[in-house]
Amino acid sequence: MLIVTCPVCGAKGDETDFHAAGQAHVRRPATHDPVNISDEEQRDYLFIRHNPKGLHFERWRCDRGCGKWFHAARDTMTMEFKAFYKITDLPPPEVMAEAKGSWAEYFASRTSMESKA
Amino acid sequence: MKPRYSVFSLARNAMNYHKDWERAWRSPNPKTEYDAVIVGAGGHGLATAYYLAKNHKMTNIAVVEKGWLGGGNTGRNTTIIRSNYLQDPSIAIYELARSLYETLAQDLNYNVMFSPRGVVMLCQTQHEFRAFQRTAHANRLAGLDCRMITPSEVKDIVPIINDDPNCRYPILGAYYQPRGGTGRHDAVAWGYARGADSLGVDIIQNCEVTGITRDGGKVTGLETTRGTIRTKKIGVVTAGHVSTVMDMAGVRMPIESQCLQALVSEPIKPVIDCVVMANTVHGYMSQSDKGELVIGGGTDPYNNYSQRGSFPALEHTVTALVETFPIISRLRMLRMWGGIVDMTGDRSPIIGKTPVDGLFVNCGWGTGGFKAIPGSGWVFADTIANDRPHPIAEPFGLNRFAEGRFIDESVAAAVAH
Repeated sequence: MLIVTCPVCGAKGDETDFHAAGQAHVRRPATHDPVNISDEEQRDYLFIRHNPKGLHFERWRCDRGCGKWFHAARDTMTMEFKAFYKITDLPPPEVMAEAKGSWAEYFASRTSMESKA
Repeated sequence: MKPRYSVFSLARNAMNYHKDWERAWRSPNPKTEYDAVIVGAGGHGLATAYYLAKNHKMTNIAVVEKGWLGGGNTGRNTTIIRSNYLQDPSIAIYELARSLYETLAQDLNYNVMFSPRGVVMLCQTQHEFRAFQRTAHANRLAGLDCRMITPSEVKDIVPIINDDPNCRYPILGAYYQPRGGTGRHDAVAWGYARGADSLGVDIIQNCEVTGITRDGGKVTGLETTRGTIRTKKIGVVTAGHVSTVMDMAGVRMPIESQCLQALVSEPIKPVIDCVVMANTVHGYMSQSDKGELVIGGGTDPYNNYSQRGSFPALEHTVTALVETFPIISRLRMLRMWGGIVDMTGDRSPIIGKTPVDGLFVNCGWGTGGFKAIPGSGWVFADTIANDRPHPIAEPFGLNRFAEGRFIDESVAAAVAH
């Protein structure tokens, strides 16, 4: 049984009080560039998923509390939550630094993009 | 060739107090080079190796396995075999598998205990009733032996079912595949392993793949915990771990790995002689030859590699089945376990080539892979041997996600996902 804490209202409960909603930080490319979107980019947006054995980043919803969406960092092998953070945020830096593989690539590109902006 | 199992060999070995049974398969050390290597010695991987050797005469091949053969989802499922899916490509591959199961024991000289005891898929809402009618029509056009049955026929086939018309989800009818049923899941893996081994295939257990070496977009070999293996063809058949293996070749997959649980009750006298699937309430049940009720339900809603599921999912499944079969309410449950299933977006498998030359993948069977083992191995072996998709495998290519050609079974097949 997973014990979840909502970072918005602070409610704490088991997984049945919350709704697990899959991978976090999925960006819809058509929102930014609707004209030049390729089939492959649209495929990546809809279907290709980070599926790590280890640290993973997810969306959850505080179903029976405030109803707000939020993010969680969780290990898919130990089931341990590493962090809960707001839906508009990136993970805490120390958790982001632990990300491996395709997640690490994603965060690197995301932070470099934002530092340029 | 190994000595055949028969009533005579059984009698002969009984005389020797069963001390002289030969090993069912060898435990060879890996050679330095093979014509093809299959990663993953589950049912699908072993079937692929068997048909590569048998149908395509490729005997210089190996199956490498991280743990022990048949120790993943092949040994963790609820052994249901049926083929009454909605979409034509699905019907083709699942019916190929189901028909191969009919003669599999003879083909492998290994009793896989295929038992075509019938699969009853309950209709418990008007919506579900109509959805199954649609599937029934599609299946009839494809020539499957399936039919809709009435509530009284359901009661005849499954006397222990709750037929109270005033319950929350009354039985409105069912979709019935009399030729579906169950098999002995371990025996399928062991039979294929023994068959492949006797044709010369090396099955290498406790051998984890740690890297896939490539040269200019072509596969050149594998790094494993038991050394480097050179090969030009690799078939990845690792179910829940397919993303981690494909990452080694730089191919990202449209897969999420989740935990699907099953459980068995204490053994009781025979009470149910078919498979009942109650998809609206999320539960399915059959009875094993030992008398245990074999129960399965839906997946946990989040990614998981731990092979341990959450308690709420089990509780949900058991609640549903107690409502459907009131007589089981005081049974004790003996064991529960979880397997890591590889879920695709359209709930159909992925079979075929990948962007890397010589790298083939067979995955995405999600919650319903056991029933497909013989057909999946058959078409995947053909795909690897001829370096092009088998006609039945073609619709299941990895490219369908970019092309928008989904084989949407996520709601249509009414499997409890």
